Amino acid sequence: MVPIRVLVAKPGLDGHDRGAKVVARALRDAGMEVIYTGLRQSPEQIVRAAIQEDVDMVGLSCLSGAHNSLFPKVVQLLKEAGAEDIQVFGGGVIPESDIPGLLEAGVRAVFTPGTPLEEIVNFVRESVKKGDA
Amino acid sequence: MADKQERLAKWRAQLEKALERFPERKKSFTTSSGIELKTVYTDLDLPPAVDDFPLPGEFPYTRGVQRNMYRGRLWTMRQYAGFATAEESNERYKYLLSQGQTGLSVAFDLPTQIGLDSDHPLADGEVGKVGVAIDSLADMEVLFKDIPLDKVSTSMTINAPAMVLLAMYLVVAEKQGVDWASLKGTIQNDILKEYVARGTYIFPPEPSLKIITDIFAFCAENVPNWNTISISGYHIREAGATAVQEIAYTLANAICYVESAIKAGLNVDDFAPRLSFFFNAHSNFFEEIAKFRAARKLWAEIMRHRFGAQNPKSMLLRFHTQTGGSTLTAQQPDNNIVRVALQALSAVLGGTQSLHTNSRDEALALPSEESVRIALRTQQIIAHETGVADVVDPLGGSYYVESLTAEIEKRVKEELAKIDAMGGAVAAINSGYIQRQIQDSAYQFQMAVETKEQIIVGVNQFTVEEETQPDLLRVDPSVQAAQIRRLQELKSRRDSAKVRQALDAVAAAAREGANLFPPVLDAVRSYATLGEICGVLREVYGEYQAKDLI
Repeated sequence: MVPIRVLVAKPGLDGHDRGAKVVARALRDAGMEVIYTGLRQSPEQIVRAAIQEDVDMVGLSCLSGAHNSLFPKVVQLLKEAGAEDIQVFGGGVIPESDIPGLLEAGVRAVFTPGTPLEEIVNFVRESVKKGDA
Repeated sequence: MADKQERLAKWRAQLEKALERFPERKKSFTTSSGIELKTVYTDLDLPPAVDDFPLPGEFPYTRGVQRNMYRGRLWTMRQYAGFATAEESNERYKYLLSQGQTGLSVAFDLPTQIGLDSDHPLADGEVGKVGVAIDSLADMEVLFKDIPLDKVSTSMTINAPAMVLLAMYLVVAEKQGVDWASLKGTIQNDILKEYVARGTYIFPPEPSLKIITDIFAFCAENVPNWNTISISGYHIREAGATAVQEIAYTLANAICYVESAIKAGLNVDDFAPRLSFFFNAHSNFFEEIAKFRAARKLWAEIMRHRFGAQNPKSMLLRFHTQTGGSTLTAQQPDNNIVRVALQALSAVLGGTQSLHTNSRDEALALPSEESVRIALRTQQIIAHETGVADVVDPLGGSYYVESLTAEIEKRVKEELAKIDAMGGAVAAINSGYIQRQIQDSAYQFQMAVETKEQIIVGVNQFTVEEETQPDLLRVDPSVQAAQIRRLQELKSRRDSAKVRQALDAVAAAAREGANLFPPVLDAVRSYATLGEICGVLREVYGEYQAKDLI
């Protein structure tokens, strides 16, 4: 079986990468191949990396409050690059009321603080399975 | 002694017999740092240091940096705030001062923190979000309008571009007619923890350390009451470190700053009295108190024995504390008020010099005004109603707290020895050692939460169906456009030849290795922007490239 490949990325300027790194490690421990971009990635850089690395999913983490402009931008740029098969999910300090808008913009799921890692791992597994079917 | 040991052994035998029938809640009880705890502590556990009859205000200051501590003056209640525009932040500061807050703490937005102007492409979506946007002296003038700088103390959370922001503050003071010698405050100015935990770095370590020692030298001569650095364990802890790691890596960084300044030719007693620290207060109550006590002792001994400091003020570990942001939960957010109160209490019992209490809604968004008020009231209740501030180091002599203090001290020393063996903090950062240690602890903690070995009330136990979130504070998205407009207006009305000249002087000083502070002050006076000043420095120094490991 080909392992699932995930890009974990930090769009925007905030340096809070504890969550991103913990999620990255949990996905890796669950048998996936995980690439972490590091801090301060522009949506363009993230999309380029996602395509180059041929990932199944992109996980975005943002704690600065800039998610409403950055997450949809990544989705849109993937589409423009003809890579809409790469699914995007996100997490961070994100007010509940922002989530419907993000989902509408094409983000598959948004995980807020306190989400069990297992839930995220299962979500990635299920989403990639569905995408392949 | 032998008699006590005998009694204790007998007591333990009886306990073990009982445990066969009534096992305890857990197999072992440990602190966040993995220190295994005994059932009970007795005077047999008291460390030898307690026999030296330690008193507060005396070396090694385990019991406090002053003789009478809060009986003289309470700690400074300092709430970190700042958002959107300079005007709005200025209003919030005036409100906080009117509510009895005694010091200001400025939060800058992320573009400001990494030396980018608001019109930079990377600043898109970030302007005014996590703090105030400052592009030039013009914004700083608005930020402190009608706030007498000789009457307040101001803490600025700024690191890589700290010199530029401090220069702006000095020029605002100049314009208010306030003597630099009467200015009180702190710049964070701690670049090493940015590489390992906080992320707002610009330049590589070497030039960054040069800028920091330039600030030490300039302020020792010109701004004598300014705290030139706040060496921060806070963010290291937030990134996942344990209490022991928080102190160990903070002190390792502090040692590096002192070494750099000495290497640059400064006399240790000229700058060391202005070094200050910034720690976190998490929820493991006694471990936190012991941590603060151990940190004071460790620092005093490092300064005296390792660096040969003579002035007692060089040996004092004075620190600000903020309650633990990562301990706040988005679930049942009102519970956070209780967490914050207990964490704040540990900071006070640990002898903090100033304190920020987090607001209940910070796991959701920036705090609302009401939440900030509750957080400030929490400090005021501790200060005025509980009586804990009436006696110095009230837990001194506690078998448990003294033993825990000694154990933390021992473990920190072991970790410091490891870092010394690697060649110091910069080498340990460059090799990724410190980052990996922190990440490992973060992951272990998360695993403990997932397995419910660590209960988080409202998250993995005692959950309820969540109600809709209360009113959250939002930054108006039009802030960015307005800030960019203001920047453009500034650029069109300033003397651009003068700006160019000032920027060239900054670049020249950077190339020659001269003290950067005087040319940066001139550049600020000419209304050169933060992005322009950091821009010329980027050209000379280059930018730091993080090695990211997971």
